[in-house]
Amino acid sequence: MKRLILAILLTNFLVACASSKPKEEVVAPMASTQPSATSSEADAQAAQAAADAQAAADAQAAADARVTQGAADELAALKSKNSTHFPFDVDVVQEADHEIILMHSSYLAAHPDVKVRVEGNADERGSSEYNLALGQRRAQNTMRALVLGGANATQFETISYGEEKPRCTEHNEACWWQNRRADINYDAQ
Amino acid sequence: MLRWIVLCLMCIVWPAHAELSIEITGAGEHQTPVSLVRFAGDPLLAQSMLEVISNDLSRTGLFKLIDPVGKQPHKVSEVRAAEWPGVETLLLGTIQEVDGDKLAVRFSLFDVVRNAELTAQVVTAKRAHVRTIAHRIADLVYERMTGSPGVFSTRIVYVNRDQDNYRLVLSDSDGYGEQSLLTSKEPIMSPTWSPDGRQIAYVSFERQRAMVYVQALDSAQRRLIADFPGSNSAPVWSPDGKQLALVLTRDGSSNLYLMGSRGQGLRRLTQGYAIDTEPVFAADGQSLLFTSDRGGSPQIYRLSLADESVQRLTFETGSAFSPRVSPDGKGFVFSLYKEGVFYIAVQDFETGQAQILTTGGWEKKPSFAPNGKMILFATEVLGRGILATVSSDGRVKQKMVAQRGDIREPMWGPFLK
Repeated sequence: MKRLILAILLTNFLVACASSKPKEEVVAPMASTQPSATSSEADAQAAQAAADAQAAADAQAAADARVTQGAADELAALKSKNSTHFPFDVDVVQEADHEIILMHSSYLAAHPDVKVRVEGNADERGSSEYNLALGQRRAQNTMRALVLGGANATQFETISYGEEKPRCTEHNEACWWQNRRADINYDAQ
Repeated sequence: MLRWIVLCLMCIVWPAHAELSIEITGAGEHQTPVSLVRFAGDPLLAQSMLEVISNDLSRTGLFKLIDPVGKQPHKVSEVRAAEWPGVETLLLGTIQEVDGDKLAVRFSLFDVVRNAELTAQVVTAKRAHVRTIAHRIADLVYERMTGSPGVFSTRIVYVNRDQDNYRLVLSDSDGYGEQSLLTSKEPIMSPTWSPDGRQIAYVSFERQRAMVYVQALDSAQRRLIADFPGSNSAPVWSPDGKQLALVLTRDGSSNLYLMGSRGQGLRRLTQGYAIDTEPVFAADGQSLLFTSDRGGSPQIYRLSLADESVQRLTFETGSAFSPRVSPDGKGFVFSLYKEGVFYIAVQDFETGQAQILTTGGWEKKPSFAPNGKMILFATEVLGRGILATVSSDGRVKQKMVAQRGDIREPMWGPFLK
C-alpha cells in the first residue's frame, strides 16, 4: 500500500511539473521568397519538413525538461529517506529497510555514473573504537544490500563515524536508535 | 543535590586559571599526617610552591595535610617536636635565587616522631619553572614516603569536544599548562603516547574518514601514517618504540595490523569477519591484548606475536573493552559494560581475577599512571564529559572537569626522561 501511495505521489509530482510549463511555440522558418514556378511545391514541402523537424525538436526539449525535473524530484526523495537502522550491536540490514534499499539500488543501477558514500554510525554503548568498527560494518552491509539490489560495487565508498558524530546525545533508546544507522550520502566530496 | 554539597566540602579549590577543576573523594587505607611549612625566601614563590605541593600530595589521598599554624622552621635544627602533636612528617626548606634567573630550592623531609631527617635535597631550575620545581619536590616526597615514584611531573593527553570544535589537548597531570596539539572541525579520537613521551599518535577525521597521524610534541610536525581505504584507527606503540599496532578495515573487516613506527611495512595479524580492535602491547612486547567480538560479545583477548595464537582473557558478566596493561606487567585495566552501566575494572594475568574499582556510569578508556598507582579514565557527570581517576586499590577518586566542552579519550603519559 505504501508503495502505491509513493508511486501515486511521484506521478503527481511529474504531472504537476509538466502542466506548469509554458506552451512551446512552434516557429516555422521563413520560406524562401525566390519566385520560381517549378520549385514552389518543393519549397512548400521543404518548409513543412523544417517546421515538422522544429516541432519534433521542441517536443523533445519539453520531454527532456520533464525528465530532468522528475529526476531531480526522484533524487530529492531518495535523499530524504536514505538511512538504514539497526538494533543494538547488530549490523545486518533489517527487513524494515528493504524498501529503502530497493529505492536506492534501482536508482543507482539506472545511473551507473552516480557515486555514493555510505557512512555508518553507532550509539554510545561501547568503546569509541568498537563503535567505529561497528559503524564500518553497518556501512559495508548496507552497501552489499544495495549491490544485491542492482547497484555496482564501484559506485561506493564505505566509511564509519562510529559514535563521533551523533545526531543526539541523550542517554535513552529514542536517541540511541537515531544513531544506530548507515546513511547513503550522494553529496560526499 | 545534598551529596554534591557534601562532596564539595571535602574538595580543594584550585586557582581559577587551571583549565580543569579537580575534586577529590575518598582516602587511602592509611593517611600519613604531614605538615608543609612554607619555604623561606621570596614569599610569592614560596606560596606558589606550597600550593602546588599541597595539591599534589592531597590528590593521592595518602596524606592528611595539617596546617603549621604559624610555626615556621626552615631548618631541621629549628624544629621542636613537642610543637607538632599529631604530625608525623614535616616538609621545610629555603628558596635561593642563583645565577640571575635560577632558583635553588633546598628542602628537608623530617620525621618528627623519630626525630630523623628522611631526605634532604636541592632542586635547581629556571625561575619561570616554579611549578616544575614544586612538582619535582612533591615527587621526591611521595617517593620517600611510599617507595613508589611520584607522577606529579607527568602529563596527560585528551580530546575536548565543544559543539563541533574538537581539540587535542596536552596538559600537566593536574590540568595546568594546557596546550592544543590540534584543532579541528572534525572528530579526533584515540590519542596515544610514544614510550619516550615525545610523540602522540591519534585518529583524525579531517579528511572525511578515520586516518592515523603521528605528531612530535617538540616540533608540532605531523605525519599521516595510515590512510588505507575504510577506517584507520586505534594506534599504539610497542614498548621499544619501533613498531605501531593499529586497526584497519582495508581488507573488509576490522583487523589488527603491525607497521614500523614510520608507517613502513604492513603485517596483518588477525583474519576473519569479527571486530578486532584496541590493540595494546604487553610489557614484554611479545603479545598484544585487544578487544574482539569473535566469541559473540566484546571481550579482551591476547594474541601471541610469535605464532598469532589467540586466547580469551575476560569472562566477566557483560562486555569488556579498551584494555591497557599495568606498568609492572602483572595485570590490565579495562572498561566493563554490565547491565547498561560502564565500570572500570582491573584483572590480574596470573589469577585471572577481575576487580571492579568504580561505582559505575559512562566510564571508558582507562589508562595507568606510569607508577601504576592511579588510573585515568573518561566519564560523565550531569551530561558533561569529564575525566576521572581512581587509585589502583579503588579507594581514592578524583573528578576533573573542563571549563568548557566535553573531555574524553584521555591517556596518561610516561615518566619524563
